[in-house]
Amino acid sequence: MGNQVFMQGNEAMAESAIRAGCKLFFGYPITPSSEVPEYYARAMRERPEEGITFIQAETEVAAFNMVAGAAATGHRAMTATSGPGFSLGQEAMSYMSAADLPAVIVEIMRAGPADGEILAAQGDYFQATKGGGHGDYCNLVLAPYSVQELCELMQESFELAEKYRNPVILLSDATLAKMRESVELPGRPELPVPSELPNALRGCGKDKEPHKVITCGDGAVQWGAFNDRLQAKYQVIREAEERWESYNLEDADIILVAYGSMARVCVSAMNLARAEGIKVGMIRPISLWPFPQKAFAGITGKKFLVCELSAGQMVEDVKLSVENKRDVSFFGKLGGTTPSPKVVLEQIRKMEVC
Amino acid sequence: MKVIYEKPKVFTDSVTTYCGGCGHGIVGKLIGELIDEMGLQENGIMVWPIGCSCLSDRYYDMDMMMALHGRAPAAATGIKRADPSKFVMVYQGDGDLVSEGMAEIMHAGIRGEKFSVIFINNAIYGMTGAQMAPTTLMGQTASTAPAPTGRCEDNSGYPVKMAEILAMLPGVCYSERVTVNTPARINQCKKALKHAFELQLQGKGMGFVEVLSPCPTGWGMSAVKALDWIDEKMTEVYPLGVIKDTEKEDK
Repeated sequence: MGNQVFMQGNEAMAESAIRAGCKLFFGYPITPSSEVPEYYARAMRERPEEGITFIQAETEVAAFNMVAGAAATGHRAMTATSGPGFSLGQEAMSYMSAADLPAVIVEIMRAGPADGEILAAQGDYFQATKGGGHGDYCNLVLAPYSVQELCELMQESFELAEKYRNPVILLSDATLAKMRESVELPGRPELPVPSELPNALRGCGKDKEPHKVITCGDGAVQWGAFNDRLQAKYQVIREAEERWESYNLEDADIILVAYGSMARVCVSAMNLARAEGIKVGMIRPISLWPFPQKAFAGITGKKFLVCELSAGQMVEDVKLSVENKRDVSFFGKLGGTTPSPKVVLEQIRKMEVC
Repeated sequence: MKVIYEKPKVFTDSVTTYCGGCGHGIVGKLIGELIDEMGLQENGIMVWPIGCSCLSDRYYDMDMMMALHGRAPAAATGIKRADPSKFVMVYQGDGDLVSEGMAEIMHAGIRGEKFSVIFINNAIYGMTGAQMAPTTLMGQTASTAPAPTGRCEDNSGYPVKMAEILAMLPGVCYSERVTVNTPARINQCKKALKHAFELQLQGKGMGFVEVLSPCPTGWGMSAVKALDWIDEKMTEVYPLGVIKDTEKEDK
C-alpha cells in the first residue's frame, strides 16, 4: 500500500524509484535534476536498511556507463540529468539499447540549446524520441504530466526496461521537477533475485554458460543480423506500448495536442474554451516513443493545435499520424516561458475565426 | 603420459586475431592461467575496451562486457558497485585508457574502485592503423605523427606515464610497470597481475598494472627488433618496477 504525501516532483520520483527496488543511482548534478542525486545521497546514509548505493560520477558520460554496467548485472539502476548532460549520455543510450540493457534514464528538460537556461522547456523531444546517439536504435520515452504520474511511470519504466531489455527515458521537465503536489507514493513490487535473471553478469562455470555483453560487429552478415534482431525488438514495442489520454474528442471541432507540463496548461485552456462554447478536445501523448499514432486514427474533419515548449518538434509526429497534415497548426514558446491557459485560448479563438 | 603444458581451461577454442609478435596474446594467456589457478571463472566478470583486444570475448569462457571506447572503468564501477562480491577485471589499451577514457580511469582511481586494471601500453594505436597515442615516444613516427619529426612537443606534448600518475592517488593501492619481452619478464608480469588480483579479492583499493607491449606491425619493425626496442627506447621513458604497493609498505 502507498501513502499520501505532499512532495516535490523530483523527490517523489526518487522515492518512487527506491520503492521500485532501484538501489543504485549514478549521476552528475545539473539543474533542474539535482534533487534526485541529493535524495539518493541522503537515503544512502539515513536508511542503511535499504542498501542504497549512490555515486556522484565525474561526468554524465561516466554516469550513463556506470548505469550500463550495473544494469548488466541484473540490478535496477538509474541516472537523472538535464539537456547538456543528456547530450553527453547519448553514446551510452545507443550502446545500452543495442546491448539489451534495462537502464532507466530520467531526463528533466530545460531550455536549450547549448548551456541554455534552467527553466522548463520541451526542446529535447527530438533527441529523446529520434535517438540522439549513433545508429538505428530506439528507446522508450514516457512523458508524465503530474507528480502522481511521475511516480507511477517511474516504477513502470523499470518494468518496461526489463520486459523489453531496452533503456527507458522518463521525460520530465523543470516545472514538473520543481512543483509540489499531493501524491500517493507507489508500493514496493516483488522483484526477482538480480543474479538469477537470464542475462545477468554474475560469473559462469558449472551451472551457467558465459554471458557476454557485446556490441562489436563481426562483418556485414553478422552485423546485419544483429540489427535485424534489434529492429524486431523495436517493432514489438511499437505495436504494444503506445500510450495516451483523450479528452472530449466526441464533439470537438478543435483538438489540442500536448504532453508534459504543457498538457496541464492545455487542459485548462480546453476548459476555458468550452465555457465560451468552443468545442475543444485534447490528445495527451504519454508514450512519446512509440508515438501514439492510434490516438489519431479515424479522426477526420477536425483541426489540431499542437502546443509545445519548443520551436515545433512533436508536431512532426502529429503530422505523420493524422489523416491530413494541413489540419495541423502549431503554437510554441521558447526560452523557458510557459504560456498561461489564456494565451493558448487566444490561439484557439484564432482557429475558430479561420 | 604426463601433461607438462596445456592451454588454460578458461580459454575457448578460438584463435586470436593478434599480429605475430604482439604482446596482447602473451598477457591474455597470463590472464587465462591466473583465472584457472585462482578459480576466478565462477565469480569473475571481465570488462574489455575498444582497440586491438576488442575481440577478446571470443577467447574466454567468462562473463564479460565489451565497453564503449574509454568507458571500461565506468562500466566496471557499475558492475562492482552493484555486486561488490564479484571479481572484476578491466583491460584497456593506450588509446582507450589514456586518451578517450582519461577521465574515467582517473576518477575510478580517485574513488578507489576495488577492481584490477591491466593497461597495455604499446605507444601506438594498433587497431586503427598506427596513429599516434598519448604514450607515443618523442620522435617516434606514427601515421598521424609522420617523419621526419615524428611526435614533436610543440604539436603533441609529451608521453604520459600512467603508472606513476595513478600511483599518486590514495585510492590506488598498487601500481607496477612490467613488460613481456623476455621469459623472465613474462613471469614478472604474471606475478604483478596475480598481486593485483589478490589485492582485489582482499577488498583493497585499485590495483594497476601497466604492461609495455610490443607492436611490431604498428612500429614497422620485425617481431624480434620490437622486443629489443622496448629495452632500447621504451623503458627509458617508462621505467619498469613497482611504483606503489601500500600492502608491502605495511609489512
